Amino acid sequence: MSDILLDVRDLTVALPEGAERPNAVEGISLTIGKNEILCVVGESGSGKSMTAHAVMGLLPKPHVKVTGGQALYRGRDILTMTEAEQRSLRGGRIAMIFQEPMTALNPLMTVGDQIEESLKAHSDLDKAGRRARVVELLADVGLPDPEHLRRSYPFRLSGGQRQRVMIAMALALEPDILIADEPTTALDVTTQKQILDLIRTLQAEKEMGVMFITHDFGVVAEIATHVAVMQHGRCVEIGTAEQMLNAPKHPYTRDLIAAVPHYIEHRDDFLKQGEALLQADKVCKTFHLGGGFLRKGRQIVAGRDITLTIHPGETVGVVGESGSGKSTLGRCIVGLHKADGGRILYQGQDLVALDRKRFRPFRKDIQMIFQDPYASLNPRHKVADIIAQGPIAFGEPRAKALDRARELLRLVGLPEQAAERYPHEFSGGQRQRISIARALALEPKLIIADEPVSALDVSVQTQVLDLLDEIRHRLGLSMLFITHDLRVAAQVCDTIAVMQKGVIVEMNTAREVFQNPQHPYTRTLLDAIPGRGWEIPEDLRARRHGGTHDGRGAVA
Amino acid sequence: MNRDFWKAFARNRGAVVGLAIMAAVVICALFADLIYPTSPWEMSTIPFQPPLSEDAVLGSDTLGRDIAAGIVHGARVSLLIGLTSTAVALLIGVTLGAVAGFHGGRIDDAIMRFTELFQTIPNFVLAVVLVAIFTPTIANIVIAIAIVSWPPLARLARGEFMALRSREFVQAAVTTGQGTGTIIFRQILPNSLSPIIVSASLMVATAILLESSLSFLGLGDPNVMSWGYMIGAARTVIRQAWWMSFFPGIAILLTVLALNLVGEGLNDAMNPKLARKGRA
Repeated sequence: MSDILLDVRDLTVALPEGAERPNAVEGISLTIGKNEILCVVGESGSGKSMTAHAVMGLLPKPHVKVTGGQALYRGRDILTMTEAEQRSLRGGRIAMIFQEPMTALNPLMTVGDQIEESLKAHSDLDKAGRRARVVELLADVGLPDPEHLRRSYPFRLSGGQRQRVMIAMALALEPDILIADEPTTALDVTTQKQILDLIRTLQAEKEMGVMFITHDFGVVAEIATHVAVMQHGRCVEIGTAEQMLNAPKHPYTRDLIAAVPHYIEHRDDFLKQGEALLQADKVCKTFHLGGGFLRKGRQIVAGRDITLTIHPGETVGVVGESGSGKSTLGRCIVGLHKADGGRILYQGQDLVALDRKRFRPFRKDIQMIFQDPYASLNPRHKVADIIAQGPIAFGEPRAKALDRARELLRLVGLPEQAAERYPHEFSGGQRQRISIARALALEPKLIIADEPVSALDVSVQTQVLDLLDEIRHRLGLSMLFITHDLRVAAQVCDTIAVMQKGVIVEMNTAREVFQNPQHPYTRTLLDAIPGRGWEIPEDLRARRHGGTHDGRGAVA
Repeated sequence: MNRDFWKAFARNRGAVVGLAIMAAVVICALFADLIYPTSPWEMSTIPFQPPLSEDAVLGSDTLGRDIAAGIVHGARVSLLIGLTSTAVALLIGVTLGAVAGFHGGRIDDAIMRFTELFQTIPNFVLAVVLVAIFTPTIANIVIAIAIVSWPPLARLARGEFMALRSREFVQAAVTTGQGTGTIIFRQILPNSLSPIIVSASLMVATAILLESSLSFLGLGDPNVMSWGYMIGAARTVIRQAWWMSFFPGIAILLTVLALNLVGEGLNDAMNPKLARKGRA
């Protein structure tokens, strides 16, 4: 009894009528004990956040209601408590951190004041005492110069620092239970590692129970003591981390684990043949921000002397954290940005020197796949039109272009009927397939894929990656694959270029980069891969290597 | 898609009422000659007839003209001016805003400073000056109203274009080799229309008010009967014969109210975030 902090029994949360399923969460039971980290894993829409929000009393009233079950905190049901009781519990005993550190802090209050708020409400410390506590908390979460930072506004802090502030805020009253809702999803890998380490250290220090929501089994392997897997609002499997990671039983858990991207060791090294298809030679790009008629703006160097080559049939991965300039490089190549200096030679022709008009013929050859599947398709056009617009712009007759669009849809694994529908009727993974079809419509030789899977769930990620891999082999395409996730790059890339602050610090075959990294930054990135110490169970590994994934087309 | 739109629109009761009133006004305007075949300028009865008298339901004015006939025929002018001036304002505003928002940089600066120039001058004063300089004909009134009311539309269109220009589907259109014209008209414009249509519907109401105000001051087209003119002409006898200004006033009030309600309904129906409220 004493060890169990939170005991959720048969919790059911109903969705309003007309939603895709009647209950967001159906009959969930789980417990969090002292000193335990329970990872709740599932795809988006599986109800994992809803469970946490129900416990915190944060459901969007009155549309979503708890219709059954209990959530016992030390034996007392939170769900039947009065608002006032719930509130004191929320602030003091159960704390929560959120996914988006950028929006979770009030931009008009200093960091210190925000942390102080909950102290003001829930403790009887005086002003000096509160201030001392704030400084202590900021130091606890590893922020530099807490005395000074206390007086800063959130916009001065990076994403990782903000997440630390959020954690400091959550810890202010020394809660028993910390609920973390995908706290590292919006962060870079290296920052993610630091935050995971921090949460683990603090948890051990304060003997808290932690409920950690994530969709990434790598993160689970990094932090969990217990794991619960959720699918469509139900908990399909629950157990200790050891048992779940190494001997998962439920087919869905096995699917999820099989989908975790990892380095494929037996991939053959790519043989460079013939002339380079694309050669970037000392490409530079600087952005001028703000500024205007009389003011001087800021400058951001997004690329400095970037040199890289792509051979026919080769997939080059560009890996780096956000702001490292990797997207800018891709955009310079497709001509969305103009490089300030250097040359980008495509089959010997310098693209940087071309104006819009003379660049146009090359657009056919170089196509781009964008990151956000929700923003990259025009919501008011039918799928067939979206795919056919490129060829039509290049003078292909409309009827022929539309026929081709249907063919392409089949190629990317979508039914032909999809052609007559609008983008909003498709899921993220399906939209990304449409994006790929659009890029293929012009029969390009080179595809720039800008984080094509980072907005997708892990299981869908694998399907899209497999599709990309298959298509590029079948059509003999070259690809520049931009990603922040080394694991993803490992799956599809022959060559990997690691980028930091606008500079390529290391470029080598994928095998060398993984097994024999040269640059310290590459090593940092490799170390930061969540779940590095964890070996995916052998039988599940084999499934991926065969190249066939039975989930394809079924879930997307 | 269309059925969804009407459903969302109909969920707003006020909007449906507004639409009904607007339909009535439009019917008046279209069939004015059938409802009151004689000219509204004709003296049809004795002057100063109160409402509900024998040959004038809403009374007659100082010269014995039928007020009801005036209102029915006035609907024509009000609607005509409201709609055409808004159309002209849309043309100027959306074009300038689109160009500014799409190109950005210097072009944007130049166009926006030009827009601000117009925004610094009080609307009504500028309209009065314009109509006073040119002769007060319907065409000139339309142009004057359009000239004073395009700046907000330009700002709105600019904002929409700026936001959409950097969206990925627009960039995808660039990389698939579509021309600037195609991108503006096929990709961006359809996606920016919702807020523009909403504010245009409200602008029709403002235009009708502006026209009435101009006519009230005697700057309306002297050849057409309009609601503003009727109120203006009746103001000297407002204490003896309230109905002369009351009924045209009610007509203006109802029309403007209806347009605002419709605009609000359009906003609910076209703004997907609001429309989804209550369902998600």
